[in-house]
Amino acid sequence: MSPPPKGLEEEGDRSEKRASSKQAPKAEGLAGRHGAQPGQKEGGRGSPRPGLPRRKQTEYRSRHEELRRQERSPAARPGEARRKRGMDGRASTKKQRAPSKDKAVLGKEDSRKQLKNPRSSSLASSTSGGESLSEEELAQILEQVEEKKKLIATMRNKPWPMAKKLTELREAQAFVEKYEGALGKGKGKRLYAYRMLVAKKWVKFKRDFDNFKTQCIPWEMKIKDIESHFGSSVASYFIFLRWMYGVNLVLFGLIFGLVIIPEVLMGVPYGSIPRKTVPRAEEEKAMDFSVLWDFEGYIKYSALFYGYYNNQRTIGWLRYRLPMAYFMVGVSVFGYSLMIVIRSMASNTQGSTGEGESENFTFSFKMFTSWDYLIGNSETADNKYASITTSFKESIVDEQESNKEENVHLTRFLRVLANFLIICCLCGSGYLIYFVVKRSQEFSKMQNVSWYERNEVEIVMSLLGMFCPPLFETIAALENYHPRIGLKWQLGRIFALFLGNLYTFLLALMDDVHLKLSNEATIKNITHWTLFNYYNSSGWNESVPRPPLHPADVPRGPCWETAVGIEFMRLTVSDMLVTYITILLGDFVRACFVRFMNYCWCWDLEAGFPSYAEFDISGNVLGLIFNQGMIWMGSFYAPGLVGINVLRLLTSMYLQCWAVMSSNVPHERVFKASRSNNFYMGLLLLVLFLSLLPVAYTIMSLPPSFDCGPFSGKNRMYDVLHETIENDFPTFLGKIFAFLANPGLIIPAILLMFLAIYYLNSVSKSLSRANAQLRKKIQVLREVEKSHKSVKNRATDRDSGDTPQSSSKTGTQLQITKAEPTSHSASQSQALDKKARGAGPSSPASGTLLPASQHLSGSQPPRVGPDSGKALSHTHPWRSASGKHVQRPPH
Amino acid sequence: MGRCGGDRQAEHLPTRWPQLLDPGTLEAVVLTMGSKQTVFTREQLEEYQDCTFFTRKEIMRLFYRYQDLAPQLVPLDYTGCPAVKVPYELIGSMPELKDNPFRQRIAQVFSDDGDGHMTLDNFLDMFSVMSEMAPRDLKAYYAFKIYDFNNDDYICAWDLEQTVTRLTRGELSAEEVSLVCEKVLDEADSDHDGRLSLEDFRNMILRAPDFLSTFHIRI
Repeated sequence: MSPPPKGLEEEGDRSEKRASSKQAPKAEGLAGRHGAQPGQKEGGRGSPRPGLPRRKQTEYRSRHEELRRQERSPAARPGEARRKRGMDGRASTKKQRAPSKDKAVLGKEDSRKQLKNPRSSSLASSTSGGESLSEEELAQILEQVEEKKKLIATMRNKPWPMAKKLTELREAQAFVEKYEGALGKGKGKRLYAYRMLVAKKWVKFKRDFDNFKTQCIPWEMKIKDIESHFGSSVASYFIFLRWMYGVNLVLFGLIFGLVIIPEVLMGVPYGSIPRKTVPRAEEEKAMDFSVLWDFEGYIKYSALFYGYYNNQRTIGWLRYRLPMAYFMVGVSVFGYSLMIVIRSMASNTQGSTGEGESENFTFSFKMFTSWDYLIGNSETADNKYASITTSFKESIVDEQESNKEENVHLTRFLRVLANFLIICCLCGSGYLIYFVVKRSQEFSKMQNVSWYERNEVEIVMSLLGMFCPPLFETIAALENYHPRIGLKWQLGRIFALFLGNLYTFLLALMDDVHLKLSNEATIKNITHWTLFNYYNSSGWNESVPRPPLHPADVPRGPCWETAVGIEFMRLTVSDMLVTYITILLGDFVRACFVRFMNYCWCWDLEAGFPSYAEFDISGNVLGLIFNQGMIWMGSFYAPGLVGINVLRLLTSMYLQCWAVMSSNVPHERVFKASRSNNFYMGLLLLVLFLSLLPVAYTIMSLPPSFDCGPFSGKNRMYDVLHETIENDFPTFLGKIFAFLANPGLIIPAILLMFLAIYYLNSVSKSLSRANAQLRKKIQVLREVEKSHKSVKNRATDRDSGDTPQSSSKTGTQLQITKAEPTSHSASQSQALDKKARGAGPSSPASGTLLPASQHLSGSQPPRVGPDSGKALSHTHPWRSASGKHVQRPPH
Repeated sequence: MGRCGGDRQAEHLPTRWPQLLDPGTLEAVVLTMGSKQTVFTREQLEEYQDCTFFTRKEIMRLFYRYQDLAPQLVPLDYTGCPAVKVPYELIGSMPELKDNPFRQRIAQVFSDDGDGHMTLDNFLDMFSVMSEMAPRDLKAYYAFKIYDFNNDDYICAWDLEQTVTRLTRGELSAEEVSLVCEKVLDEADSDHDGRLSLEDFRNMILRAPDFLSTFHIRI
């Protein structure tokens, strides 16, 4: 939907319609009226007036003559008319006069075309030759009519003031009206108009729909607001947050719609079987807040966790295969996430290659296209001013960075030092977590441990996450990178920190799981024995069957899956709380303190030490990414986790938007976010992959708990697939699946994939090389053109200065020379030329008008045709409008 | 009727008595008296539609907007093409323009004498060029004129400084401003004469991804 062609189309449409509507009365007039009547009509349009230029009057009169002549001939078509005219004598005498008039008309046309069309004048004169050439004349007129029509159609595209447009329009319309009816044009016009109408409507609909779509994007205004105050880098975090929210909504929909809702609606109700009942020992405390807060008690035995689900193959009247659905949803959560991350990465790279051109014009685009003329609200305008200033500053920083030359050795030493320090920090934090995890394993063996001892791991991890990034940032100040590169380093380091923490945590968790698994065998025996004893024990009336054991009393296994889910749940919640508290304390309270205590403090708090906080992009982005990693890992064991995450993202969107606007200051060195946020996406992809590993490991190689979860009783979780294939699909499908799972087929498939990757990679490399070469070529071409242009410019400058009449091909220039008779002495053009070369500052308006026109005429190839006149008037509308002497030289 | 815009230039005087006495013209006036719109003749409207990117409705709306700016100044009957100008102070206070840092330039560029006072034709011209439908070339041409502060057909360093200062409300330091101007010239000045010609400007602006979407006033 690019406006220009559309405008033209519409134009054509309108002019066509107009032509058709006007055509009828005109034709009637031609046929019916006589004598002065048509002149009357003409007079209504453009009667000769006292002040009218002479040329116009003659043209006017000649038109009348022509009209009258046409009307005398009874036939409508001029070709025929002329032929007839040639036969009768009266007309022939008329014709003696007519050619001169004709010539006048055509000559006038030509004068508009800067006398560039020798053919037309010859044609005009040849009309006196008689009927043999009338076809040619017809073609000539047709051509002119077409031209006029084009002019009418493109009238609104002309950069002329309205008055000139109106005059031109009227002239053209009169011309077209006069001849078009005679030429018998206009078949299929109706269909064309209809098609244009439909096309217009469609474009309008599309635009409305696009508008609607952009309106539907949530938080757009908030983010724009932030962007205008804090720059694109801070906004990129919020855009990322919004994207993440969208992804999580989809995941939530998947899990909630396909697992939780069916289980709640159709599954066995709470309390009916042991896995859905709180055990007797926990019953008293199960509703306490402190217990619930740790996701124990009733929450632990709810649909939020893996253990609640039953291993019944089908549930409800729909015969919904819940275990199968659970498995498939777990797989598709990862599948969808991988797909969406990779897709957005791909689209980002595609967008970035398309914008390669704009690198050349960073500042120009900023200067000339950054103001949004649509802004009609002073607050928005303020924001826009702020954002433009910010973006200029960003670009200036970029520019200065690229020009800076510094002591390389010192920088290098400092960078090595900084990296060493940071590696020390990372090792320290890794050891700390290892130590804490070991200690927590000891604590878990003890009986009554305090709250702190139970939550030590989480607390230490949160504290590390809170204090290490600022530490890194302090150290990174040594390195003196460009902020954007610095941000990437910072991100990489914090990523390493978080990853270390997460994996230490995971290993500890794995230990725990293995411990539980080894305990499970004994508990399983105990359960069996309990049930066996319960049913076979004596002392009960044999005739009445014993009521089944109350589910709360059945001994349970540890259900390691639920335990893992609870760990992730707790980690997520504590992470969320730590984030919010950090925001409130670190940003808001600090800002309040700085703001209000500044009145009664002994130094300037705002400019001095505490100051206001800057928005910590790297920490927030990584927090988000790792949080997402935990969601991906945990969602298999705790389907409710995604729901909690959606809430978290929603609240943090509002909270952070508020906090950043209320209590943060823009970065001291504002910088632009890299065009594609593929760096974030790359990190996210890495985290996704890393979180896929443990889940895949547990699914493929750990036996599920025997008494909880949808896969209980199976040897491995993926057995549910075999089961479904065997029971629900026809046998041949089972065979096909078995065949597909054959290593003999999988290994070649993997090989093939590698080959394809290699091939595609090499293709893309060669393509990008070709692309770079082409770009270089274009650059070279442009340079050549530039130099050529300037040389030619100078040459024509001198040329016209010396012998204005000599250059016959640069007719346009000749026109200008005539138009400005004052300014042509060789010395002046020399001086101007010098000025042009010297690239001096601008000179007063009168002096520079001339080189402008000359430059233009030089840059455009001297066209021999009707266009040159238009091009000229295009470049000098103001002059031609006021004086008209450019267009109509006094020949 | 309806050709006053074009001919005023040639006549210099509102001597349209012969025109009014012309039977064709009288016919048009009488015709439009009967219909709803007495502001313009049908022909005038048609012509405006041909010369702008607006539909009949939009032209009428624009006229009323124009009329609202100075109700006591602008007559409600434009069939006689009165030579009325609305002063710049009123044009510049329109909500569409009042926050625009270039509002004065816009008004000057589109006004007849470069003083910012606008006739209805100027007004229509302005919003036609700034409308969504206007093609890139047209917009580029007028953008060039708007950014050419001293009307010398070149955007020189001084013009650029003006532009930056207006865009940032003077919040950049002098060195920053001159650096920016230098960079712009460096990027867009293809013939190295130290200023941007229309050709340079067009070359540059036609590559700008969001020029069309930003150089646009919705009314």
